[in-house]
Amino acid sequence: MTFWSDPVNFIAAWLRGILTGWGMGAALSNVLLAFLGIIVLVVFALVLDIFLVWVERKVVARFQDRIGPNRIGPFGLIQPFADIIKLIIKEDITPEGADKVVYNIAPVLAATAVILLWAILPLASTIYGVDLNVALLYLVAAGALGTLAIIMGGWASNNKYALLGAFRMVANMISYEVPMVVALLIPAIITGTMSVKGITEFQSGVWIVILSPLAAVIFIISAIAELGRAPFDLNEAESEIVAGFHIEYTGMKFGWFYASELLHSFTFGGFIAILFFGGYNFFGLEKYPLLAAVIFLVKALFFYWVIMWVKYSMPRIRIDHMLAFNWKFLTPLSLALLIVTALMDKLLAPTNFYVIGMFLTNVVIAWLTIEILRAVGRKQKRIEETLQPAAEAVAHH
Amino acid sequence: MGIPLSWYLILSAALFSIGLFGVLARKNAIAILLGIELMLNAVNINLVAFWRYLDPAQMAGQVFAIIVFAVAAAEVAVGLALIISVYRRRKTVIADEINLMKW
Amino acid sequence: MKLCGLSILPGLSAKTSCIENEIGINLMTATHIIFLIVAALILASALMVVTTRNLIHAALWLVAALFGVAVLYAILDASFMAVVQVVIYIGAIAILFIFAVMLTRREMRDRGSQLRKGWWLAALLGLLVFAGLAFMLIAQPGINRTVADMPQGLDTVKLLGTALVAPDAYMLPFEVASVLLLAALVGAVYIAVNKK
Repeated sequence: MTFWSDPVNFIAAWLRGILTGWGMGAALSNVLLAFLGIIVLVVFALVLDIFLVWVERKVVARFQDRIGPNRIGPFGLIQPFADIIKLIIKEDITPEGADKVVYNIAPVLAATAVILLWAILPLASTIYGVDLNVALLYLVAAGALGTLAIIMGGWASNNKYALLGAFRMVANMISYEVPMVVALLIPAIITGTMSVKGITEFQSGVWIVILSPLAAVIFIISAIAELGRAPFDLNEAESEIVAGFHIEYTGMKFGWFYASELLHSFTFGGFIAILFFGGYNFFGLEKYPLLAAVIFLVKALFFYWVIMWVKYSMPRIRIDHMLAFNWKFLTPLSLALLIVTALMDKLLAPTNFYVIGMFLTNVVIAWLTIEILRAVGRKQKRIEETLQPAAEAVAHH
Repeated sequence: MGIPLSWYLILSAALFSIGLFGVLARKNAIAILLGIELMLNAVNINLVAFWRYLDPAQMAGQVFAIIVFAVAAAEVAVGLALIISVYRRRKTVIADEINLMKW
Repeated sequence: MKLCGLSILPGLSAKTSCIENEIGINLMTATHIIFLIVAALILASALMVVTTRNLIHAALWLVAALFGVAVLYAILDASFMAVVQVVIYIGAIAILFIFAVMLTRREMRDRGSQLRKGWWLAALLGLLVFAGLAFMLIAQPGINRTVADMPQGLDTVKLLGTALVAPDAYMLPFEVASVLLLAALVGAVYIAVNKK
């Protein structure tokens, strides 16, 4: 076990040697080292969050054909620190009639729900927090905690726009959990395990996006809706509901909501990379854990960029269209995909057409869906055309 | 020396009694439902503790607990729908005032 | 001096420690301490649920109690149950409660006591039930048994999945539960829809 093949355990063994050299019991030093590991992981996630603020502002600027922050530091790299200082020294206002305890806990809970996700994210084959055997459900559970934080924030602000924004956001997030869970079940069926690390190790052969591209698309769409980012961001649309559930939050509390949304987006980019695009695998380079961690972070940044690309290119969807899209299209599609995938997985597993067979079933389902949508669209156009002459006749009277 | 089974059972008995107090002593119908949730959780703790302590290879305890999850979710959904519907008609959620069927 | 290591979850890399004095007698292990803290959290939150006046606070204390129960499931090596508890109870049922409280609030501000007139009778009944259960439990032989280690290589999630869909295991209750959920779904939507 050298440093290059297993960095985390190497450093842990070295520190344990030092601690027992000082006379501490072996078990107590294990607990201390576990705490130290947790603190290092959390600090890494939060420092990454600061970097993500810069990435977000530069990328949105380029999409909008401008340069973005470039005054402070080379390429504007010190800009996030200026933002943080500004947020910290702003006045901290608590609205009158607000529920003080709930009001203050909401941003903390929102940030906690996101940082909890980093416990199961494997950066490399030997750098990870914990290898839970129910990690996919843990992902959904952390999302549920985030939903609770939003409702607490919206309620405690004593403001009807905040409450309306929180209601809409929570309805959105709960609805899109259904296709997200079903899309998460598909890698679980294909690999036979719910553990994220197990799914990544399975993908050292073939990436799951090739076995089931439709599941990847469904997961990306429902992940964007879970995050509350455009085009599903009716909650925080400035032109419509004036910043939604975090209207009344000022200063660093708003900073925590904003930072946790960015980190959540990046973490979901990381999960898209892990569950469908191979995680830290890259044609055999994953033998060196530090290189694998860099590969994983690059992939996660790429999918974070894809999420931002969708955000800055598409118009906002109305709330009833959003929910109709989920319940009338995404949920039946994902359930049908789940049934067919489970069936074909069992049928094709002993043969050697597995990869091609799974890919073709996805293509067939996608083609069937498009045909059904076209038929529905044609029927609607015919209905509108028969109504139109009648409408014109009425208008001319 | 691990944790004796009696600790789990006494904890679940205490949780059950607190839920029972909530159901019997609260005015608001939604608060009564909260007490019912506490009682269902106490039952679940019992089931899972017995599963672990007696025979972890037999899945009966966990399966039963999952069915209790499903039943609790169904009951909360229908119960809250009923309460909201009653509130729309009678503008009250205090259990004592919903007494049209009393003779 | 003895070392004691117990792992909390299969797959967790942390090990608990023993707090030992010089003579080598094992006092409480860390698992005991964690259990006592979690039990105190659950009971304190449950008491706040049934006594607090503000109903939204009651729902949030319920969330704390449910989270404590999830931690308890994790201590009992039922990892699937712990995660499903958070997803279903906290992620759906608690949010349903909060929505219902918000939708039925317009004319009842939380004035006055939220307890009925005979609440002391209910408290007495609760205490009697608890005392009866506790005495009956303590009198059972073998009630103080401690937990045996999990058999090696036991994949509880896989066994649970097999038990739920195997025809000679629990497939019938599983299917009946899914029909029950469908009936509850349709019924709740039908009852609560606003027929204008």
